[in-house]
Amino acid sequence: MEVWSVITSIIPAAIAYTMPLLMGALGGLYSERSGVTNLCIEGLMLTGCFASATVTYLMQSAGIGYNLAIVCGIVAAMLAGALLSVLHAFAAINLKSNQVISGTAINMLATALTLFLAQTITGSGNVTVLRGIIRQDIPLLSKIPIIGPLLFTRTYWTTWICLLIWVVSFFLLYKTSFGLRLRACGEHPSAVASAGINVHKMRYIGVILSGLLSGLGGACILATYAGEYNSTSGINGLGFLAIAALIFGQWKPLGILASTFFFGICMTIANMGRVIPVFQGIPTGYLGLFPYVATLIALVLSSKKSAAPIASGEPF
Amino acid sequence: MSHVIEMIGIRKEFPGIVANDDITLQVEEGEIHAILGENGAGKSTLMSILFGLYHADKGVIKVRGKEVHISSPNDAFDLGIGMVHQHFQLVHNFTVAENIILGKEGGFVYDIKSASKKIKEISDRYGLSIDSDMVIEEITVGMQQRVEILKMLYRDADILIFDEPTAVLTPQEIDELMQIMRNLAAEGKSIILITHKLDEIKAVAERCTIIRRGKLIDVVDVKSTSAEDMAALMVGHPVSFKVEKDEAKVGETVLEIKNLNVLNNKKVLGVKDFSLSIRRGEIVGIAGVDGNGQSELVEALSGLRKVESGEIYFNGKEITNSSIQERNEMGLGHIPEDRQKRGLILPAPLSTNFVIKEFYKEPYSRRGILNFGKIEEYGEKIINKFDVRSGEGIQSPAGTLSGGNQQKAIIGREIEADPELLIAVQPTRGLDVGAIEFIHKELVKERDNGKAVLLVSFELDEIFNLSDRIAVMNAGRLIDIVYTKDTDEHAVGLMMAGIKKEERSEV
Amino acid sequence: MKSKVANKPLEARKASPLLVSLSAVFLGIVAGAILIAMIGKNPIAGFDRIIFGALSNVRRVGNTLGMSTQLILIGLSVAFAFKTGLFNIGASGQMLMGGITGSILAYYLPLSMPRPLYLLIIILSSGLVGALWGFISGFLKAKFNVHEVVSTIMLNWTAYWLVYDWIQRFIVDPTIVVKSKPIEQAHTLRAGWLTDITNFSTLNYGFFLAVIACVIIWFILDKTTVGFRLKAVGSNRFCAEYAGIKVNRSIMISMAVAGALAGLAGLTYYCGYSNIMEMGKMPNEGFDGIAVALLGNCSPVGVFFSAIFFGILKMGRGSLAATGIPTEIADTIIATIIYFTATNVILANFWNGRFKKSFERKEEAIAIALSNQGRSGEDISSLSKEERRNLVKLGMPELKEKRKNEKNNKEAK
Repeated sequence: MEVWSVITSIIPAAIAYTMPLLMGALGGLYSERSGVTNLCIEGLMLTGCFASATVTYLMQSAGIGYNLAIVCGIVAAMLAGALLSVLHAFAAINLKSNQVISGTAINMLATALTLFLAQTITGSGNVTVLRGIIRQDIPLLSKIPIIGPLLFTRTYWTTWICLLIWVVSFFLLYKTSFGLRLRACGEHPSAVASAGINVHKMRYIGVILSGLLSGLGGACILATYAGEYNSTSGINGLGFLAIAALIFGQWKPLGILASTFFFGICMTIANMGRVIPVFQGIPTGYLGLFPYVATLIALVLSSKKSAAPIASGEPF
Repeated sequence: MSHVIEMIGIRKEFPGIVANDDITLQVEEGEIHAILGENGAGKSTLMSILFGLYHADKGVIKVRGKEVHISSPNDAFDLGIGMVHQHFQLVHNFTVAENIILGKEGGFVYDIKSASKKIKEISDRYGLSIDSDMVIEEITVGMQQRVEILKMLYRDADILIFDEPTAVLTPQEIDELMQIMRNLAAEGKSIILITHKLDEIKAVAERCTIIRRGKLIDVVDVKSTSAEDMAALMVGHPVSFKVEKDEAKVGETVLEIKNLNVLNNKKVLGVKDFSLSIRRGEIVGIAGVDGNGQSELVEALSGLRKVESGEIYFNGKEITNSSIQERNEMGLGHIPEDRQKRGLILPAPLSTNFVIKEFYKEPYSRRGILNFGKIEEYGEKIINKFDVRSGEGIQSPAGTLSGGNQQKAIIGREIEADPELLIAVQPTRGLDVGAIEFIHKELVKERDNGKAVLLVSFELDEIFNLSDRIAVMNAGRLIDIVYTKDTDEHAVGLMMAGIKKEERSEV
Repeated sequence: MKSKVANKPLEARKASPLLVSLSAVFLGIVAGAILIAMIGKNPIAGFDRIIFGALSNVRRVGNTLGMSTQLILIGLSVAFAFKTGLFNIGASGQMLMGGITGSILAYYLPLSMPRPLYLLIIILSSGLVGALWGFISGFLKAKFNVHEVVSTIMLNWTAYWLVYDWIQRFIVDPTIVVKSKPIEQAHTLRAGWLTDITNFSTLNYGFFLAVIACVIIWFILDKTTVGFRLKAVGSNRFCAEYAGIKVNRSIMISMAVAGALAGLAGLTYYCGYSNIMEMGKMPNEGFDGIAVALLGNCSPVGVFFSAIFFGILKMGRGSLAATGIPTEIADTIIATIIYFTATNVILANFWNGRFKKSFERKEEAIAIALSNQGRSGEDISSLSKEERRNLVKLGMPELKEKRKNEKNNKEAK
């Protein structure tokens, strides 16, 4: 049963790697569906990671409860992400600037600013929290054969929050007037305007939601597997993987759940490859590049049918 | 008489242009009131002000006698004003019902079932026959327009604005629309019809407000005023819409299309088994409603789209799979449908735009190095010959020119390249009468010089005025090809709806 | 032959790209100053240190130029792609690939080789490998419509891990296992005479390579049919396609050239400016190049000067340590500048608004002066420049008086 033990060690880890990506991709979904191309998911997630690291670190060092500190860190991450996303929204919506450039500027701003603040706060480029979230087995459910060990063993509580957000987003987008309007903004904004709806407002909401969710994604990275804000590697292009997952998932909630999980598995292989017997012979470098090459291949495969919102990236 | 709408002394200025200058409009309850004016006369601006999309700089709006401030479409809806836009405001991948309720969903979690029921009721009452579960991109243009009408009725509008509603319809669909408008008026709705087509006004309207260059010219009673008089008021001088041309002197075949099949963007056949030949010295017009395969046909001819099967011959040589550049060099000129998207590089100066197809040839470049002197000389020649007016001559970025001058620049470029065949797609769309006359003359001149011209237009008048022969397209097929002198608009209209002559006689 | 010009009224002048860029720089510096002040330090002292660190002696100037070398090349790379409507944010990866190529060759080629031949080989090889890396993105865009921003980022990380592996495999320094073995001086781009005149700075032949690249790129873009094609595709690919230009081929060429320039930047960086490569380090310069290109308005001349400016910032920050200001302030300023360049509409509008106001004032002054001379009703646009200037001078005092009175009246009310 060696295969089974490999699977039970990969899947829970893959789920942990999936959640930040899922939040980033879902954030991107809100933004692009509202009609704003958002290439700054990376920067927003990085900011979230940094903000949660700082708040959690400061509170934990001050002796405030570990878990409370983590919760406050997550809230701070979401607020920081939202705050930074407003900059993108302003450039994209009000000033009608090139959204790709604005997104890139915000990515760079996030990198530089977090590093600047980290230097000021800790004196080194890194902010490490004392303790992240403890993984827990879910009572009863973890005893179910097969899916128990895969889905309900050694889970982070943030995973369930992320999944809940995914479910709520599905409902919001497809069952409510808000979702109808938001999706319409990404396809035909002038139709929305002629129906008496404020397109700019809808787009601001879309972009800010992407900030909140990407911030949360960044906090998940910190509170689950990373445990620190690291200035040299940042978040290793995870934000761009999230965008790739959004494209691969055809801008649909179910699609991005599947594609982020696929990338989550790739990340697991890259990071845990050395401890999994099957991959032991492969050099670290080649394991490391695996998720990125897999992404490129995935993008090539999904290139033929693009379901991108028509008006995404078009100023209104 | 009670005025349901009064717009008094409306003025609206945009940077560099006064779109509306002291315009007054009075619409009576239950009437169909036309607003007539050329493209760019300020009709749409006036209606956008009434609909809350723009704000007037000066002037008063009264609805049912009460002065109102309309600052957004929502205010307009609340006053019972609805608008059918020229470019449909429909989300292509939403259903009919979703499009109709957008903005008036009735609750955060909306109930699409009860909305559909209400839509069906309204649709039945006015005879619109719409299935509310269909997705917009799968229904015909005529049906899309009825969805737009339903959108207004769903919002209980009783003042309905129609902005150039017939531009995309077949003659038969136009008749149906006119009937729908009469039904609506009979139910007590007041209708404002914006158009530059006189026969429509003659058909349905009671009174007509005429605007020219942003100014109110006159309000006339439609029954007692002739179409010619209205046209003269619209343009400012008597006009004849007939193009003067002699009998065609046709020569040998230039373009021959054999059993052509072309895929459209949805990967299904957009052009089906299409065969046609065009000879020197004639203008062949392709009539048909937008979206019946004309764009795909033209793109296949010009090399922009791959041919699925069939052959294209140009002066006897097969060009089915030739590159665009090869076709250009053989003498195929093309005035594209969308002048701003395809026809010009808007940020680039005119001189660049003029040599966009020729820059790699001598004398414009030698061994890969551009010769700006020659390029500019050539540019000067075109703007003088074709009277292209711009701020800074050949240095003006193409985007700074007016629509008419942009089109003249494209036509100048294509004609100056001395093509054997000129494909002109919608060459006068959105232009004023002066520019239209100029362009029509140029096309006829090409024909008289022994060139072949393929004209694609959605305006039947234009097709009839210019063409020697008319090929009618429906759903990607060639329905029939007829001599202009042997047919009339009614017959062509039926063919545009897909009904062939023989079939008709059987009915 | 005189061209036809529609009778156009005189207009207020418009903000030039240079003015907009300078404004962005100004705002970036202001933002930096605010940040420094926020952490309780003295901004003036900070900027003073930056200038000191970058320019205070020959050696520092040499180092700044050495730093600017890769910025020029990367800036050119981004600018070139941008002219074809492509956004190359994969310069970091292309740089790594160019750098590793140069480093491996430097390690294995015999020292006895004639130096000109050696230089030619490493320049061509790193350029070629960088071009290949860029070409992949262009190919994916042209054939599979994969957005170049996403693909270049993925290729950045692919390069990062490849280099991670290759350093270990081919050129590792046995004493420090995370770095490559330092390259012999004779196998770098350093030159004895440059080192001598700049007192052992990092300035190397790469700088001349960068300057030559500027001239070549300028020539290609502005004077040749190749540049004509690429720019046509960049400003309207639909029109270019319609005119018979092969759009996909242009995209691939453009990305390959951009990759080659970034590959050369990698060579100058790892085998000139520095002489080692570290494992697990993504070069930041790839992103700084975006700022260089945007600030330089994507013209080779603009790129040159903005690269020097950023070189000063990046080199000068090293001397900040004494003031206690984190050196990342420089990167923050750079990022802020890009944001303001991206949102240049706001800056252009600001200046256009000012110009318009001053223009209207002058018009009014002229009108007053004309009516004083009993020439009211004369067409202003028919006057010569000289005449206009004189009339402004004549009318201005009265206009000022008038404005003042109006203001007083308002206050009195």
